[in-house]
Amino acid sequence: MKMNKVLAMATSMLLCGAVFAGCGTSDGSSSSSSGGSSKSLIKVGIINNDPNESGYRTANVNDLKATFTKDNGYDASFSYSLKNEEQINYAQKYIQDSVDYLLISAADTAGWDTVLKDAKDAGVRVILFDRTIDADPSLYEASIVSDMDKEGEQAVDWLKSQNLTSYDIIHLQGVMGSAAQKGRSGALTKTASDLNWNIVVEQTAEWNAEKAQQIVQSAIDANKKFNVIYAENDDMAKGAVAALDKANISHGVGKDVVVMGFDCNKWALEELKAGNWNYDGQCNPFQSSYIVDIIGKLEKGETLSEKTIIMNEKGFDATTITDEDVQNYGI
Amino acid sequence: MSNKTKTEGNIITALFRNQIFIPIAALFILALFNFIVDRSFFKITIGPNSDGNPVLSGNIISIIDYGSELAILAIGMTLVTAASRGQDISVGAAMAIAGSVVLRVLCGTNSRPDELQAPIIVAFIVCCLVAMAFGAFNGLLVSVFKIQPMVATLILFTAGRSIAAWINNNELPVVNDKTFSIFGNYIPGIPIPTPFFIALACFIIIALIMKFTNLKLYIQSVGLNEQTSRLNGLNPAFIKFITYVFLGLCVAVAGFIKVSRFSTINYSVTAKDIEMDAILAVAIGGNSLGGGKFKISASILGAYVIQFLTTTLYKFDVNSEALSAYKAVVVIALVVLSAPIVREKIAAVFKKLRSPEKAELKS
Repeated sequence: MKMNKVLAMATSMLLCGAVFAGCGTSDGSSSSSSGGSSKSLIKVGIINNDPNESGYRTANVNDLKATFTKDNGYDASFSYSLKNEEQINYAQKYIQDSVDYLLISAADTAGWDTVLKDAKDAGVRVILFDRTIDADPSLYEASIVSDMDKEGEQAVDWLKSQNLTSYDIIHLQGVMGSAAQKGRSGALTKTASDLNWNIVVEQTAEWNAEKAQQIVQSAIDANKKFNVIYAENDDMAKGAVAALDKANISHGVGKDVVVMGFDCNKWALEELKAGNWNYDGQCNPFQSSYIVDIIGKLEKGETLSEKTIIMNEKGFDATTITDEDVQNYGI
Repeated sequence: MSNKTKTEGNIITALFRNQIFIPIAALFILALFNFIVDRSFFKITIGPNSDGNPVLSGNIISIIDYGSELAILAIGMTLVTAASRGQDISVGAAMAIAGSVVLRVLCGTNSRPDELQAPIIVAFIVCCLVAMAFGAFNGLLVSVFKIQPMVATLILFTAGRSIAAWINNNELPVVNDKTFSIFGNYIPGIPIPTPFFIALACFIIIALIMKFTNLKLYIQSVGLNEQTSRLNGLNPAFIKFITYVFLGLCVAVAGFIKVSRFSTINYSVTAKDIEMDAILAVAIGGNSLGGGKFKISASILGAYVIQFLTTTLYKFDVNSEALSAYKAVVVIALVVLSAPIVREKIAAVFKKLRSPEKAELKS
C-alpha cells in the first residue's frame, strides 16, 4: 500500500521533470542487433497515438507490438504522441534512420505533406493505419481505416431486423463532431426518418457513463416511453443500464428495453453473453494483420489493387455470441 | 412608518450585499423556471430498483445525488482560491488518480478479481494519502516555489490521467463486490443516494472546523495580504500548503464516490472538466477568485446550482450541439451577477431608489 504512494510520487516527479525538460517522449525503440542478423529483418518505424488514450488504443498498441517482433522478421521501433508536431519529428527521425516502412496513425490530418515527400525521396514506404491524412495519395502506399458509417449502418440494420412492434429510441451520442459520433449517429438518424422510428431523446453524453445515466434517468423521471437504448459506446450503454436498473426496468434479450453499445470492450461482451445487453458493434483495433499482408505484397513487388483498405468489423448479437468471441474480440 | 421603510431598505441592501444571496437567487430562478414550464420536474416517486430496494427517484434527487462530488470539491477549491489567490486546475486528473488507486488496492494485480483483495476502508485511506500527497506536491510548488497556482497545477493536469492509467497498468479494473457500489449508489433499505450523505458529512466537518478553529481567519488574512499576515506571526506558505493538502482530501472523497458509482474507471473520461465546474461553483458562490474573504456555504450552493442547470438542460432535451452554448449563457449571467462589484452597484441602485421615498415620508 505504502509502495503505491511512494511510486505514485516518484512518477509524478519524473513526469514533471519530463514536462519541464520538454521532452516527454516514450520512445521504446529496440536497438538493432548485430549487422549480420539485422540484414534479413524488415526495419519498421511505427508512430502511434498515446496508448493511454483509450481502451481501443491500448488494444491497438498491444496488437502491433505482438505482431512486429524480431521472431516475425521485423526490427520495429515505436513512438507515441498525441501531438502532430511530435509525431512528425519522430517520422523525420525514422527517415534518417532509413527504415523500410513507416507506419503512421496520425494525431491530426493536416501538416504531413513535407515529411511524406521526404520519405518518398528517401525510399521509405509509408502505410497509414487507423486514421487518414489529408495528403496526396501518391505519397503513401496504403491506408487502413475503419468505416464509422458502416459500423453505424450495421448496427441499425441489426436493429431493423429485430422487427420490434414499435421503435422508441433513446440515442446517446458521443462527443459531437468526432468521427465515431458522426458515423454512428448518421446511420440512425437516416433510418429513423425513413422508417418513422421515434427518437424519444437524442443527447450527447460525451462518451461518459455518468452523463448517460443522468440523461436516461431524466427520461424515466419524465415518464417517457422507450424500448431501445442506442449508445454510441460501451461506457454510455453501461450508464444507461444503471439508470434502468435503478427504476427496475428490465433490459436485454427478450426484455422490455433493447440495449446497444459499441467498441466491444471485454466487459461489455460479457454483459452481452449474460443476456443483459442485446448488441455490440466493433471498432476494429486489430490492424496489424492487414499491415503485414500489405508489407508482404510490397516485398514481393506486387502492386496493391486498392489504396484505401476498409477493415471488416463485426457486430455481435447477444443470442449468438460465443465465449470465444468474448476472448478474441474483447478489448 | 419611516422607521419601517428604512429597515426594509436596509434589508434589501443587506440582502444584495450578502454573498449567499446570489446562489440562492439562482437556485430560486431555476426552480421557478421549472415550476412554470413543467411542474412534473419536482415530482419525486419511490419504487424498488432491480435489487428490490426501495429508492427515491426524480429530478431533485438526481441533483442532490450527482451534485455531491462537485459540492465536495467546491469546499477545497474555495479554500485554495482564498489562500493562494489562484485555482487548482488539476482536480479532475487528481480524481482519476484517486479513483485508480482505490481500484488498484481493491483489485490487486488482477484487474477482474472475484473477491476484494483488501478491505474497502484500506483502499479509502490509501486513496486519501495518495491524493493528499499530490495536493502537497501542488501546494509545495505554489507556496515554497511561488509558482502561479494555475501554472503549478497545470503539470498534474497534463500528467495526471497518464499517471492514473499507469497505476493500473493501463487496464480497466472492475470490482464485482456489491458493498463497494454502496458508496456511489444506495445503502440497501435507505432510499436516499449515499453520495448525498457523504457530502453532508463533509459539510458538517468543514463547518465545525471553520467554527472551532482559527483556520478561516488565517486563510482570509493570508489571501488578503500576505505581508501583513506574516508581520502578525502567521506563516503564509504553510497556510497555503495546508489548503492544497485539504483540497487533496476533498479530491480523494470525490474520486472515491466517482469510481464507486460504476465500480470501474475510464481514465480519459472520468471527472472530465470537473475542475472548471469546481472553479465556477466558487465564482457563482460570489467568492472573489482573487483570494481573500470567502464563504464555503455559498460555494456549495454554487455547485448545486451547476448541477440544477445540467439536470434542467437534460430534462428539456436541449439539442446536443447547443448544450454547451445554453450552459455558457446561463453561467455568464450568473458569474456577472455574483461579481462583488456588480452586487455593490445593485445595492447602491436600491439605496437610491429608496432615498427619495424616505425624503417624501419625512416631509
